[in-house]
Amino acid sequence: MSVSSTVSGAAAPELRIVGFLCNWCSYGGADTAGVGRFIQPTDLRIIRLPCSGRTNPLFIAKALLQGADGVLVSGCHPRDCHYAEGNFYARRRLEVFKQLLPVLGVDPRRFEYTWVSASEGQRWQMVVSKFTEQIHSLGPARRLPGAPELEWLRESAG
Amino acid sequence: MAVQEELKKIILGLLPQVDCVIGWGPGPDLLCASPYFMRRPEEVDNFLAGPMATQNTALYLPEYKGKKVALVVKGCDSRSVAQLLAEKLIAREEVRIIGFPCAGVADMGKIAARLAPHGEPGEAEKAVYGEKELRITMAGRELVLPLAEIKADKCLRCAHPNAVFSDHFAGEKAAGNDDEFKDLAALETMSLEDRFSFWEKEMSRCVRCYACRNACPLCVCRDHCVASSRDPHWLTQADGVSDKLLFQVTHALHLAGRCTGCGECQRACPAGIPVLLLKRALSRAVEGLFGHSAGLDPETRPPLLTFQVEERTIKEKAW
Repeated sequence: MSVSSTVSGAAAPELRIVGFLCNWCSYGGADTAGVGRFIQPTDLRIIRLPCSGRTNPLFIAKALLQGADGVLVSGCHPRDCHYAEGNFYARRRLEVFKQLLPVLGVDPRRFEYTWVSASEGQRWQMVVSKFTEQIHSLGPARRLPGAPELEWLRESAG
Repeated sequence: MAVQEELKKIILGLLPQVDCVIGWGPGPDLLCASPYFMRRPEEVDNFLAGPMATQNTALYLPEYKGKKVALVVKGCDSRSVAQLLAEKLIAREEVRIIGFPCAGVADMGKIAARLAPHGEPGEAEKAVYGEKELRITMAGRELVLPLAEIKADKCLRCAHPNAVFSDHFAGEKAAGNDDEFKDLAALETMSLEDRFSFWEKEMSRCVRCYACRNACPLCVCRDHCVASSRDPHWLTQADGVSDKLLFQVTHALHLAGRCTGCGECQRACPAGIPVLLLKRALSRAVEGLFGHSAGLDPETRPPLLTFQVEERTIKEKAW
């Protein structure tokens, strides 16, 4: 499996990608990838949510407008939601949100949503690698004046 | 105006049955009206309808829950009522709807721009809205402004000039136009980079007065608005475009699939920021994905409050 050139240690500076993962499937999937020692890029910072249906588009808007270069939302596959239908609502909401981004002047490729189950460690590795690659090809996002300073994050990222 | 007299008759007939009739009455100057709450028959004499009746009367409905009110509505106002009903925020048996054919409302900004060489709108000594023009007497001379030139933009693309549903209707139904989202198409001729700069520049004028939110008939959180919550503290007190734009985006997202495009947010904005554009972008997205226009049917469930197991119109990313 090909891995993005941005695996830690590579020359490209790390970008800030925020991942909102559901507790039951995708967070487990990311864990499976870790346990399986699959090599992944390290730009992604994960925030665990109870369900992809908990993803208020406000979370994504705040991340994108206040310093993130990319946002990834991942939940259980449709029909597999731990709460039966949370991801069905999420799918509609997130798709509508994605269509607002070009009007704001934000490249819609900076935001993706997908489904990864707890057993799909390999799929998780593929999603993270491809998404990180996509964000790196877009480069750092433009910042708005007044967005909070995230110097500490940049420093800690090296 | 014949329709106005007919409306007065309907209002007088309804007054004994309701606590209050909401319409429009004399405003701060002769050019524009104010929302007007009629409880006594003699108050009905001051009722106004026509191009100066800009405000959305549906704004007050959720506050009147539990009381019986009648509402005079333009087409856009009636869509807000329909949406409030669809979300069960008001009860059908508590409202009586009085419709009339709306010929479009005046844009006070456009009028002020035309009057600028002669004086302020408040200095008008006389103002008469005719069928085709507005005649203003100011500093001893008469100015004639064609209605087509001072009409609000939202009225130029209005598809529903008549109330979409009503208990009473005064006058003959008017014909509507097609909304082709030309304003969005104009924005989209710009590059992504330029659009970002556009919002950065527009939002820099925002003073966070939240008039847009307060004028919105579908902003029903009132004291629980995300903008005033300190825990969680989604919007900081810091001055900067980033928080201002985040509020507008959040406001628009809360209205996705619900906004009827009445344009009150933009009309209320003291800084003239085109905040309606964001809501229209979401309306277009919802229309494209789910074939749903808000506020046309009080019975339809808003598309973001439901789902289909197989979404035919959503094209997910293939990894």
